[in-house]
Amino acid sequence: MTDPARRTEQTIRRFAREAEWAGLMIAATDHGDQAAYRALLEAVAGFVRSLARRGFARAGLDIGEAEDVVQETLLAIHLKRNTWRRSDPLGPWVTAIARNKLIDALRRRGRRGEVAIEDLPGELEAEETSPVVEDLRGLLGGLGERQRRIVTAISIEGRSVRETAQLLQMTDGAVRVALHRGLKALAARFRDGSHEDG
Amino acid sequence: MKTDDLITALAADARSASPPFGRVLALALAAGAVLSLMAFALRIGLRPDIVEALGTVRFVFKFIAIAAVAVPALVLVFRVGRPDADFGWWGDALVAGPLLLTLAVLAELVAVPSAAWSARLIGSNAIHCLIVIPSLSAAPLAFLLAALRRGAAPRPAVAGAVAGLASACVAAAYYAANCTDDSPLFVATWYPLAFAVPVAAGALLGSRLLRW
Repeated sequence: MTDPARRTEQTIRRFAREAEWAGLMIAATDHGDQAAYRALLEAVAGFVRSLARRGFARAGLDIGEAEDVVQETLLAIHLKRNTWRRSDPLGPWVTAIARNKLIDALRRRGRRGEVAIEDLPGELEAEETSPVVEDLRGLLGGLGERQRRIVTAISIEGRSVRETAQLLQMTDGAVRVALHRGLKALAARFRDGSHEDG
Repeated sequence: MKTDDLITALAADARSASPPFGRVLALALAAGAVLSLMAFALRIGLRPDIVEALGTVRFVFKFIAIAAVAVPALVLVFRVGRPDADFGWWGDALVAGPLLLTLAVLAELVAVPSAAWSARLIGSNAIHCLIVIPSLSAAPLAFLLAALRRGAAPRPAVAGAVAGLASACVAAAYYAANCTDDSPLFVATWYPLAFAVPVAAGALLGSRLLRW
């Protein structure tokens, strides 16, 4: 099916992608480079989206709901990025997290959480753009008042940490801490599958 | 929240990266082992005839058997907490300890008359062994589980069990220096029973604490 030339091209593209992703992750982790981190997360979101949709389609589920898996995977990548070793390529690590979250999501929906490795896209062929998802404000409903205000201000309203701090009369540091805790709480809500009713 | 909004929030939190997971685990292991060693030194201590014992095959063999389990267990502890955890052949290497112990038991059965078998198997410290090894495992297990919570174990119960096994090895290495029962018949009977406690506790706690 795949001729050697095409395969070589794919391999080169994969290496290029790995190098790019790793570079962005290191810039984000070491220097707090938000632009690099955003670029990485956007690229990863596209990759995970195609993986999750394929998994949902195969299980006979609405692929619109696959966006949950994308968000849950992004949160896990963020909160667990200390488990990525710089000597390893980033792609398999991302894929392992996404696969884990996909299986969890399928199980929560009563499907057998079996995803064959071959089913997962090894290539970044079909990068899909973010769909117009329903606004998942319900997810934020599980946070405490202060955390919700902070996460909402930064994410949905797009304010900077400094602006948010001034708005809420807090220090920058306190906003950063609350934001981080809020993101952890979001991940926990996803994990416990409680956001649907939130 | 739309995915793009989530990415905005994550990007704003870019600075929050915690220290590399491997370093966290290594520190946890060291802290647990030191705490356990202090408990051993204060409450249990070396056997009085430790110097003579060091010259005997059976005493030294206890540590070889423990090391045969400890090496793969410690390698695996550093792997189970990563989302792309790959046991490699280290999972298979866990049979080395039991295999070694089996051979030693056979050798002991040949070397010792059958009338003495049961006395050697029962020894004089069986209950002590069953209490001390799990007790000394507690601190390493607690520290390792706390460290593994910062990781992303794809199989939480397995990760907890491996943490329990590694902790048991640390505890057993100390305890073996106290226990005067050196026969492989004793070791092969009571050590696995004692190991089962932290391994089961690790699996149980892991399945609850290590979900992410």
